Amino acid sequence: MNAVSDVSSHAIARARWRPAEIAFWMLALSCAFLFPSRYLIMTDILRLALFTLSLDLILGYAGIVSLGHAAFFGVGAYSAGLMALHGIINEPVIALVVAGLIAMVLGFLTSFLVIRGVDLTRLMVTLGIALLLEALAERFSNITGGTDGLQGIEMQPILGMFAFDMFGKTGFFYSLIVLFLLFLLARRIVNSPFGLSLRAIKNNPLRASAIGVPVNRRLIAIYTVAAFYAGIAGALFTQTTALASLDVFAFERSADLMLVLVIGGTGYLYGGLIGAVVFKMLQELFQTITPQYWLFWIGLVLVVIVLVGRDRMHRWALWLPNLIIRQIAGRKAVVAVPESDAP
Amino acid sequence: MTIALETRGLEKSFGGLKVTRDLSLKVEQGARHALIGPNGAGKTTVINLLTGVLKPNGGRILLEGNDITDLAVHKRVLRGLSRTFQINQLYADLTPLETIGLAVSERLGRGGDWWRRMGTRGDVNQEIAETLGRFHLLDVMNERTATLPYGKQRLLEIAVAIATRPRVLLLDEPAAGVPESERHDILAAVAALPRDVTVLLIEHDMDLVFSFADRISVLVNGAMLVEGPPDEVARDPQVKAVYLGEAVHA
Repeated sequence: MNAVSDVSSHAIARARWRPAEIAFWMLALSCAFLFPSRYLIMTDILRLALFTLSLDLILGYAGIVSLGHAAFFGVGAYSAGLMALHGIINEPVIALVVAGLIAMVLGFLTSFLVIRGVDLTRLMVTLGIALLLEALAERFSNITGGTDGLQGIEMQPILGMFAFDMFGKTGFFYSLIVLFLLFLLARRIVNSPFGLSLRAIKNNPLRASAIGVPVNRRLIAIYTVAAFYAGIAGALFTQTTALASLDVFAFERSADLMLVLVIGGTGYLYGGLIGAVVFKMLQELFQTITPQYWLFWIGLVLVVIVLVGRDRMHRWALWLPNLIIRQIAGRKAVVAVPESDAP
Repeated sequence: MTIALETRGLEKSFGGLKVTRDLSLKVEQGARHALIGPNGAGKTTVINLLTGVLKPNGGRILLEGNDITDLAVHKRVLRGLSRTFQINQLYADLTPLETIGLAVSERLGRGGDWWRRMGTRGDVNQEIAETLGRFHLLDVMNERTATLPYGKQRLLEIAVAIATRPRVLLLDEPAAGVPESERHDILAAVAALPRDVTVLLIEHDMDLVFSFADRISVLVNGAMLVEGPPDEVARDPQVKAVYLGEAVHA
């Protein structure tokens, strides 16, 4: 039957890899060879990208706002730090996963508080949880090292083979691989029936339950997954910098994250990645020009983005790449469209 | 006759305001039952009580003899009680294909499947195609719902409720606000609902009520005024006085 094949091809089309996506990842990989002296900052961007991807899963897909996502980042960071410091788990990859799982447990437990109420309640509850953890970390300074942070973390080689080097080359490739694998998983999740039900809940929770979607259970599930992602991002931070201090829980970290996602755009997964790149580059740029007042310029950019509208800027930004691709591949090849125009 | 949906002494108040008073209603299996009443009679509250959006202060609700009074909204849907909404409550950013696909996936218990991609299950695709075809939505299946003409959105509203395979369907003013040119499609879709689906229609439009229903309940001030076959209800002096007035097509 013709209609059935139409249905199936349209349904699958959403999950198909677009050329622009492949180009994006090729570009990310090629950065390693183009800028061999900038591994540290690029690793910083990758960690932020993964962290923002986590927020995109709950905010962009399920519509859960959070001002305390650093809670999971921090728990992941300290878990990884403590495991390395006390030699509990020495192999970084296993430690990374375990740290993510610890953050995930915390995410599951706190999800019951977060799914209650609506936006404002959620902002306050998430903010409160992060502040609570920060205070706890300060109180138990015998474990966390207090304001000094964990001292003397020494990372063992990844898989016993690849030692972390002082230029951050290993750390960069390690972070890139982790980000890519978790991105693939996220991509799989959002294109599944489960992901579809999240988008339905974000659009209209009342209607979602009226067609049989167990709304609360789905929100708990994605919040827990997002906590895992944030925990991994935090653990990556500790593992690649050999640092973990109280600021992993800081409010600024959660707030910046929201900023990054607004810059990149929500609900298409690349928003977090693009946002992280743009945010860090702007930060670098403004810090070079005006070391003291860079926050002013970041604020200005944010206001402009919100006023001009991201869709419009997205269209402008894609004008040149599309022009080039059309020259090469012919009139009809549309490589990249703003997510609002995408089917 | 088997009773598909029943309420026993249903009560609901908001503060001091009683909006549902001792409402006992029986809807027979396969019936085309209409619930009418003037504005403010509490029709929407009844729907919200039946579907579980609101909790009653007293009384029970039975679906095919089973007490569902305390079940969550989504669990009632899985038991076979679905509704359409008076004002469109669709997913603005989803396509009709995705909307129906979600309903079908949830019904088959696959809604929590996070690994398999949409569109890779033959039985789901088949059912999506059938449902879209039945409601004339195949040509717009891949367009954002927010951009569809209003009539198409109303059709999708009914289609998504049908996709949950209800045994009892609550239709809340299905033709409300639909332009005259698109009305016919809606009425045809309502008339073509499968006979084994029990329908409770909440409606203002008397033409639709009297052409469709085989039984009518009249709700006034949250309480049942009269119940009976259409011709009886139309002749009832109480009904004429309170509600229908000169609007009766008897």
